[in-house]
Amino acid sequence: MKTSGATTSGVSSGGRAWLRNHRNIAIGSLVDLLKNRITSLMTVMVLGIATGLPLLLYVVLINVLTVTENFDGDPRISIYMNKEAAEEDIESFLTIVEKHPNTAGFHYISPEEALLDFQLHSNFSDVLNSLSSNPFPAVVELIPRDTDSVKLRSQIIEMEKYQEVDMVVADLAWIERLFGFISLAKSIVILLGLMLGLGVLLILGNTVRLSIENRRSEIEVVKLVGGTDGFVRRPFLYLGFWYGVGGGISAWLLVHVCILFLSGPVELIAQSYRDDYALVGLTMIESLSFFALSSILGLLGSALAVRKHLRVSESLF
Amino acid sequence: MMILFDNVSKRYPSGKEALSDVSFGIQTGEMAFLTGHSGAGKSTLMKLVILLERATKGQVVIQDINLNRIAAKHIPVIRRNIGVIFQNHQLLFDRNVFENVALPLYIAGFQHREVGRRVRAALSKVGLTRKEKAYPISLSGGEQQRVGIARAVVNRPPLLLADEPTGNLDPALSEEVMNLFLQFNQVGVTVLIASHNQELISRLNKREIRLHEGRLL
Repeated sequence: MKTSGATTSGVSSGGRAWLRNHRNIAIGSLVDLLKNRITSLMTVMVLGIATGLPLLLYVVLINVLTVTENFDGDPRISIYMNKEAAEEDIESFLTIVEKHPNTAGFHYISPEEALLDFQLHSNFSDVLNSLSSNPFPAVVELIPRDTDSVKLRSQIIEMEKYQEVDMVVADLAWIERLFGFISLAKSIVILLGLMLGLGVLLILGNTVRLSIENRRSEIEVVKLVGGTDGFVRRPFLYLGFWYGVGGGISAWLLVHVCILFLSGPVELIAQSYRDDYALVGLTMIESLSFFALSSILGLLGSALAVRKHLRVSESLF
Repeated sequence: MMILFDNVSKRYPSGKEALSDVSFGIQTGEMAFLTGHSGAGKSTLMKLVILLERATKGQVVIQDINLNRIAAKHIPVIRRNIGVIFQNHQLLFDRNVFENVALPLYIAGFQHREVGRRVRAALSKVGLTRKEKAYPISLSGGEQQRVGIARAVVNRPPLLLADEPTGNLDPALSEEVMNLFLQFNQVGVTVLIASHNQELISRLNKREIRLHEGRLL
């Protein structure tokens, strides 16, 4: 196409004009968003709740994982010694226990110690006195190095083989259950994240669709005076992006308000366990990746809506 | 040659043939009227020129470019060289006069300072210099039409299309608008106006392209 000299002067090089257009539209769409404060705020809040819920669960999960990591020496394996076992046999057994690769530490409780402890901490000392002999066996409290259930089980089976050993008890079931619950919780976080992510896409898609409908005549005019599809699309993509950013920030705030709210009760519980555990929030990197994710979701939601609804009728004549 | 129609037919998916074997040419710098009853094919003809529709048969050539060979992604570039004026103005009511007129310049990527210069030049040409901050809703019909004209010429396109530009205006305003078109034509712009206003047309003594039921008369 011929272009007169006058037309080309004053047009900046493609790249610069494109960048300037992006900057103008990015700012413009943000200004539009801030102008319609109430509707924007409501949408942002809905998005914040939708993305905040999985985020909150994620934070809970992180805290549960931190707590279970902190389990100090738990689980313990209690090895009850055979009452007939001789003292030197027990001692050789203790060296075996000590040398076992999965032993982090152990504590030997002789029958006498057990009796003393029981007398001190219970009200049954009279009953014990009436007994002719010490009913307590010797016990080894073993702290395993690796709490992985398979390793624990093999160690238990190994210990049970010794003649000196009467019984080996470890409450594996609850540990297995706990880890079962944790992995279930992980799956729930992922599922919920996916579902609510889809919800966010739909909410944004609808919001952007409404915005497209509101600006239908503008779109038609822009296309008629030579606006490219990209030019027409851009404000809506930025709108979705800003909604994503806003939703992310409100979700982040929501989660941290929840943490603040829960930290009191959690500290109380921790204190009752003689622990000084404090709730863990999101790290900088986690927060930033969450913001990135939510803005990408925003962009994606509006891209879907734009793709579907930007077919212009162009019926201006 | 600015516009060349060579055996152009347009059949809509509904089966209606809006244009049948239409052939004509408009020279660069010419001013012509397109007349005919409603449904004669005037709108379809205009739509073919700005690529809102594609010819079913034949060739439409604008400024030596055969529109049949233009891919969809190049349509915007073609449109930037054609100024279009609508009967109902098609102004954006949430933007002021300046912003309405500046729209084609922003789309074409003009620099800020150049945009201001050109918009003011276009507004002064249509006599609306003092209305640049006004919103279209506060303007009279004639003023709105002149904003539409300013927007069409701000890009300095070599071709102007107008669809019933005086349709809603009284005789005095119609005259004024027609004088604007004459002025643009005098500086070399090719102008094609679809109009019913037989009185004005005969007075201006310009070429008339008559359509009747999709055929040239």
